Amino acid sequence: MIEQAPALIVVIPLISALFITIIGLYQPRVSWLLTIITFALSSIFAFICLKQVVTVGPISYVFGNWPAPFGIEYAIDHLNALIVLMICVVAFLVAIYSKHDIIKELGDKIPHFYSLFTLLVTGLLGITLTGDAFNLYVLLEISALTSYALLALSGGRAYIATFNYLIMGTIGACFYLLGVGYLLINTGSLNMADISVILSSNTYSYTVLVAFLFIMIGMWTKMALFPLHSWLPNAYTYAPTSTSCLLAPLMTKVSVYVMLRMMTSVFNYDYIFNVLQWQHIIVALAVIAILAGSVLALRQDNLKRMLTYLIVAEIGYMVGGAWLGNANGFTGASYHIIADGFMTLCLFLAIGCIIYKVGDASLSSMKGIFTKMPITMVGFLIGAFSMIGIPPTCGFFSKWYLISGAYEASAWAFLVALLISSLVNAVLFFRIIEVGYFQALPSEEPNHHHPKITRDEAPLTMLIPLLTTAGLLIGIGLYTADIVTYLIHPFIKNFL
Amino acid sequence: MQTMTSFLPASIVLVSFIGSVFVFFTKKNENLREAWTFITAAINIVLLFKMAKWVLAGNTFTYHIAEVLPGLPLFFKVDGFGMLFAFVAGSLWVVTSLYSIGYMRPLKEHAQTRYFACFALAISATMGVAFSGNVLTMYLFYEILSLSTYPLVTHHQDAEARGGGRKYLTFLLTTSIGFALPAMIITYLNTGTLTFSNAGIFTQAIDPTLLIVLLLLFIFGFAKSGMMPFHVWLPGAMVVPTPVSALLHAVAVVKVGVFCVLRILTGVFGIDLLSSTPLSTIVCVIASITVIVSSLIALTQDNLKRRLAFSTVGQLSYIVLGAGIATSFGVVGSMTHIAMHAFGKITLFFCAGAIFVATGKKYISQMVGIGKQMPVTMIAFLIGSMSVIGLPLTGGIISKWYMVLGAMDSGRLWILIIYLISSLLNAAYFFPIVYNAFFCKEEDSQFPNKIKEAPLAALLPPVITAIGTVILFIYPELFLNFAKIAVGVSK
Repeated sequence: MIEQAPALIVVIPLISALFITIIGLYQPRVSWLLTIITFALSSIFAFICLKQVVTVGPISYVFGNWPAPFGIEYAIDHLNALIVLMICVVAFLVAIYSKHDIIKELGDKIPHFYSLFTLLVTGLLGITLTGDAFNLYVLLEISALTSYALLALSGGRAYIATFNYLIMGTIGACFYLLGVGYLLINTGSLNMADISVILSSNTYSYTVLVAFLFIMIGMWTKMALFPLHSWLPNAYTYAPTSTSCLLAPLMTKVSVYVMLRMMTSVFNYDYIFNVLQWQHIIVALAVIAILAGSVLALRQDNLKRMLTYLIVAEIGYMVGGAWLGNANGFTGASYHIIADGFMTLCLFLAIGCIIYKVGDASLSSMKGIFTKMPITMVGFLIGAFSMIGIPPTCGFFSKWYLISGAYEASAWAFLVALLISSLVNAVLFFRIIEVGYFQALPSEEPNHHHPKITRDEAPLTMLIPLLTTAGLLIGIGLYTADIVTYLIHPFIKNFL
Repeated sequence: MQTMTSFLPASIVLVSFIGSVFVFFTKKNENLREAWTFITAAINIVLLFKMAKWVLAGNTFTYHIAEVLPGLPLFFKVDGFGMLFAFVAGSLWVVTSLYSIGYMRPLKEHAQTRYFACFALAISATMGVAFSGNVLTMYLFYEILSLSTYPLVTHHQDAEARGGGRKYLTFLLTTSIGFALPAMIITYLNTGTLTFSNAGIFTQAIDPTLLIVLLLLFIFGFAKSGMMPFHVWLPGAMVVPTPVSALLHAVAVVKVGVFCVLRILTGVFGIDLLSSTPLSTIVCVIASITVIVSSLIALTQDNLKRRLAFSTVGQLSYIVLGAGIATSFGVVGSMTHIAMHAFGKITLFFCAGAIFVATGKKYISQMVGIGKQMPVTMIAFLIGSMSVIGLPLTGGIISKWYMVLGAMDSGRLWILIIYLISSLLNAAYFFPIVYNAFFCKEEDSQFPNKIKEAPLAALLPPVITAIGTVILFIYPELFLNFAKIAVGVSK
């Protein structure tokens, strides 16, 4: 059983997606429970894999006993073991969270939602685990197609937003597929480890260059690196709350992971940083992404929309960190995938609770929110502090590594952009805190006598995932040393 | 000399934190709620005394909290300087809490539970700063303090409080994230450690320009110390209830700022490095400018609390100046001045608050003749201002004496002159208040009718702290010995 764990992580949700659809037709409410059980099981197996990787070393799992270069291989090393666990935990938390929200927003489509939800996460888990470049494309399409459906479920403006996303997503996937095609022409292989070996013994031709460029462009489109970000804000803003809670932390982060995976496991350090030497351009792009994301976020009145622009800025953090070309930068980028995943989740969950109760996420609807929903706001504040980078939340530590990397690479613009983005985040979140804290006061009475606001919290199934995530932000922060020493450093050791 | 691993420092931080939780959950019963404050404060004092004996014998306490970054843990290390500061914060917290009750209840302030809970949280963070063993730990508690005092600064929740609070956080967060954070990271990358040590941590050769940049980033990064031009938040935060001003100006916030700057100067750069490079002069010049300019501004203020605020800005730079001289005596003086100024300045704020509670007046021009009506308050005010000026019979002269000795040791005459001018300026902005309060002509008095002193809970604290300043003149060893231990001067 244990040795099958890598496959089970993916197979369990894949099969249960089927059952959810069938059972859901008769008992819609049961699909919620099934989804939770599915991801609880996946989380357990993901944890087993993580433990295995830390104690024994990377795992290679071959499907159907076809040996590696011919069959499909799942290659689990320190980085993707961690990210798989993150995906499972996020899916588990969002599944619990979605119960009331989905009944309210998509009353008649409950089983559809949960089967798509499960399929989407299956795709993401597969992308993260697979060691096969083409298999990755297939799974990329599975997650993309399900995400289009999920995003469009709420109807109305979501249709147009999703259509835009569909176009951009398909273009991104095409670029990736073409890149993999060129690699196949050049090396005759689709297995990442195999390609890597063949590439390093060849001289680098233009085919390889184009392959690399196409794969990168594909991923940058998928992760919404500025200026390829235009699909993201609308798609996530108009989606149902639970959908955006699931997609926002995971979709872009998994694309970042694929970028890191391609850079480390298919191509190599020497080729990227010594032969190509694009790092200055890419880091400059990252700087622009960070600044543009921050500025655009400042202009938003709708909080959900504001968060989507913050995602654009955070993508800049990770792309920039990875392309600094040193250990600290790469550590920062890898660590930030986890940190940003949970930070984004925390904030989206909190905003979701507010939307559930207040019905709207505009800045002005935050009046008196601290009195109305104090527990939700605790979660929101911790998420906000992590975004700003207040220790001991994990946001501080990813910034620590990214700034270290920027200093070592003398990437001053990137360093300053990181600091500015922290400050902009502080402005963004304290603006909300101000509105929530300083209620509209009757002008003739400067003190005392606020309009009476009664407490009205979101249901427990929403609060518990929110507070768990908030706790995780601090927990991950306090265990940064362990995460870095046992998971990230062993991973980048081979690369640098 | 030995180092002991002990939970004591962590327990002090935890006790105030737990206290704040208890305060929060007993909002129904006011008396029980305030009882928690005093119980935690009392436990704190007892624990502090327990540690004091050991620290005075030359030992240090350490406690490892968590290893958050590889090779860079969060940990506490209690030395003389940390003890000194913890004592100041711990003892003045008791008095301020008493005063808060005397101030808040008669004025029927709203949200008192939040107020007392945040207050306890702020003290917890302050203790954390005092006991920090490295820059990272210090930075962590410094940020927690900024955030936990925000609800206090914006207590009134009106437009004015919003402006003050916005300024407060803008300045504190911008400087700490924009300056202190990169300075800390760059220091770590260059030295491989952030643990405070009297010898400094820049032991390898390092680019002198980088050193200057780091120094500036650190000094301005901890903007709670109010170094110009990052002092703006301080007078801006004057809209708060007076006990909070007392907290901001004497107990916690600004003192945490100078504490951090002093820790950086003595523990990261080290006295030897400062004095052997131009760094010392840079610190002295920056601090001197703030000392003189803020004193001049203070002269022009008619709002009593604003005048006190600018006086605080000046006195804080005094403390930084003392450390910037980079001689043992100078540093001892500046560390002791944290305590001496705290007792003097808190007395002044308590008096300002007592006047406000009794008469509702805020402006100095309205206080002519008040001495005859509120003699106790104004005598306490006199003693407090004497201590801030640095006159005999109050603790203020002791620390100033050491700083002047330090300046002479370093052979820089111009610093002596700065000290002289600033003392005169201090006298110039305090004595007229006291003089007019007592010795005005009958017809000039603003108080034709008799008024009573403030209620006992608001009157007693300034009397206690005023007596405290006198006691500190007679027994300066209370704080002086901690400072000497910290610097390594024989007692």
